[in-house]
Amino acid sequence: MRSDVLLAILGMAAVTYLCRAGGYAIMRAKRPPPFLDAMLRNLPGPIFMAYVALALTRTGPAGLLGTIVVVLVQWRTGHLSASILAGIGAVWLLDLLPGLG
Amino acid sequence: MLLGLLPFGLVVGVVSVGRGLSLAEALTMSAVVYAGSAQLLALELWSDPAPILAATLAAAVVNIRMAPMGAALAPWLDRLRGLRLWGTLATLVDHSFAMSMAEIRSGGRDAGFLLGTSLVLYFGWIVSVAAGHVLGGAVRLPPGHPLFFGGIAAFAALLVPLWRGARQDLLAWALAAALAVALHKLGLPQPLPLLGGALAGAALAAWQETRAAR
Repeated sequence: MRSDVLLAILGMAAVTYLCRAGGYAIMRAKRPPPFLDAMLRNLPGPIFMAYVALALTRTGPAGLLGTIVVVLVQWRTGHLSASILAGIGAVWLLDLLPGLG
Repeated sequence: MLLGLLPFGLVVGVVSVGRGLSLAEALTMSAVVYAGSAQLLALELWSDPAPILAATLAAAVVNIRMAPMGAALAPWLDRLRGLRLWGTLATLVDHSFAMSMAEIRSGGRDAGFLLGTSLVLYFGWIVSVAAGHVLGGAVRLPPGHPLFFGGIAAFAALLVPLWRGARQDLLAWALAAALAVALHKLGLPQPLPLLGGALAGAALAAWQETRAAR
């Protein structure tokens, strides 16, 4: 195993464990101030939005259409597997069409 | 519940092949980090040599959401000591948290429920990442292959149940996306665009929420 990869993995593992255990260790005694508490609760949506927006700057129109398909399928069916597969399928189809993607 | 985790693990496996991680590296990451969205996000930022600081920062921002979970489970965790306490915390994930909170509310008193649920998910996670890696490696996907869209698809799908309505989420989410792309276009290296967008969006949402509460 490469040492740079191992170090990155260990760094991720260390902060992840700190998040899991530190929350119990610290917040059990003292609740965070309301603004920080609200920020922690509101992080997931903006993180995933930022991720998807950045990724779409690289994929072009096929990725955007694929994302719309994923959101529609997830919204209608609630099935994670179905929406991921539908998105991949849509991007694949668009890749086959000349002049797109 | 395992079925919900399976596609996510497969995607992480396939994407790690695309990023040049060996099977041993992908499985080590899954075993010691064990946090799907953090792993997928870090792989998005992955470069050669491995981005130690960027991956660590990304994992911290994605996983800080688990800090309040540990605090919420205090009624169970307070009865554990030593290795049992800190070991149980190591296996905490969104799914096991949600199920444990439901169990606590319905009067469950056994912290072993949390550990048991988490361990089943843990092995399901490792097996599905391994399967994704083997699958991705077997067909030797070229860069930009549609299967790698699975990573974006997984996050786009996760956004759907998080959406609480335009009043609460629209501005914050739009700010997160716009600021991330703007910082990227300005040439800032990862993970700054991602973290900047995410933190600004969360701060805006928190400001709206605390202002409304007053």
